[in-house]
Amino acid sequence: MRMLRVGRWITGIGLVLLAAVYVRALAFTPVERFQGPAQKIFYVHVPAAWCAMLAMGLVGVAGILYLLLKDPRFDRFGEASAEVGTAFSMVMLTTGPIWAKPIWGTWWTWDARLTLTLFLFLLFIGYLVLRGAVTEPGLRARYSAVLGICGLGLLPFIHLSVYLFRTLHPQPIVLKPSAPSLPGPMLVTLLMSFGVFTLLYVGFVVQRYAFSYLREQLEAAGGDVGHA
Amino acid sequence: MADWFRHAWRVARKDLLVEFRSRTAILSAAVFVVLVLVVFNFGRDPTAVAAVDLAPSILWVTFTFAAILALNRAFQLELENQALDGLLLAPISRGSIYLGKLIANLIFVATIEAIGVPLFALFFNVRVLPVAAPLAGVIALATVGFVTVGTLFSAMTVRTRFAELLLPVLLLPFMIPPLIWAVLATARLLANRPLSEIEGWLKMLAAYDILFVVLAFLLFPATVNE
Repeated sequence: MRMLRVGRWITGIGLVLLAAVYVRALAFTPVERFQGPAQKIFYVHVPAAWCAMLAMGLVGVAGILYLLLKDPRFDRFGEASAEVGTAFSMVMLTTGPIWAKPIWGTWWTWDARLTLTLFLFLLFIGYLVLRGAVTEPGLRARYSAVLGICGLGLLPFIHLSVYLFRTLHPQPIVLKPSAPSLPGPMLVTLLMSFGVFTLLYVGFVVQRYAFSYLREQLEAAGGDVGHA
Repeated sequence: MADWFRHAWRVARKDLLVEFRSRTAILSAAVFVVLVLVVFNFGRDPTAVAAVDLAPSILWVTFTFAAILALNRAFQLELENQALDGLLLAPISRGSIYLGKLIANLIFVATIEAIGVPLFALFFNVRVLPVAAPLAGVIALATVGFVTVGTLFSAMTVRTRFAELLLPVLLLPFMIPPLIWAVLATARLLANRPLSEIEGWLKMLAAYDILFVVLAFLLFPATVNE
């Protein structure tokens, strides 16, 4: 199937570029003065968080479009985006503590930002569990759309939490009202990393979408499919 | 508009009447609140942590569990004899069915909270009377927030497998933001801090309530339409 091949290509290019960005981040980007090499994880953690948020946002948008247009493609996209988002939020939740241990001296702290991103992850899990608990496709699509839209509504509260509470978590340095406050080379590396992660997100989602499509075709043809 | 509210009130009245005649759910919920408060009492070391430091979290954890119990039963009621189909066939809008369910759930949860607060004051020796009005405000705002989302979700989960388990799994991520604000605001109130300190949290609670009441109202038809 063409779509699956396209998805594989995008993912492949994304992985090559990812390696290139790491080389740049490790060898050609200055070491941060206070945090030292630990800061390098920032080029993975922040883009992963960005992709997780993007994934949740798009699950919500797909939900709105599904309820308006009743087109099963949006439901398939929502499912794909939620699964990929789960993976990226796991990257975010794993790299965060690895950085926090040397810098904060603790793996985890019950700070507003951390707590709420943990709940973003749980939201993804809830979405996938809900999909698993409903067998009828039409009902499943509507339920997941409703949950996705509510998740989209929750996002601003998660993003605002850093501004509202005194928190240990570093403040946003790029997506904020004023200009980015990061030295040039670091900003370039970060933006490249954002680009590569977004490309990987697209690659994964296209592949996952193609799988759901093929699976539905197979089920419609009466074939027996194992549990994905 | 007036019709909507009249219909909504009819639906709510029906639910409350069913509840009032049997009184099983409200009694078990009330007993549940007492039991949770008692369990917490034994779960803390009174010499190490002052009651007032722990009190806000105890109050809100209790309310969270009680609300989830109440929400689970909201649509369970409609499953028997396909009562939900009857409700959907009634010549009233989906929006008023949702509002009716929401009102009934709010009254149910508010009753449990009205039983819980005095017991909480009694068991943990917290002075709630001087801050009764603002505390009621915080409780009302937070309760509206999570009961709104919970009513919407319980309409979905009731028709799935593991409904009782799925509802908290879906609902808790949505309950956390209002709970955090409510706990922080309650802690300030019980410590007799001025009201201006909790103003920001009250505004966030209000923003959350408005957003989710509108969202749930618009999304509810999608959960019941065939």
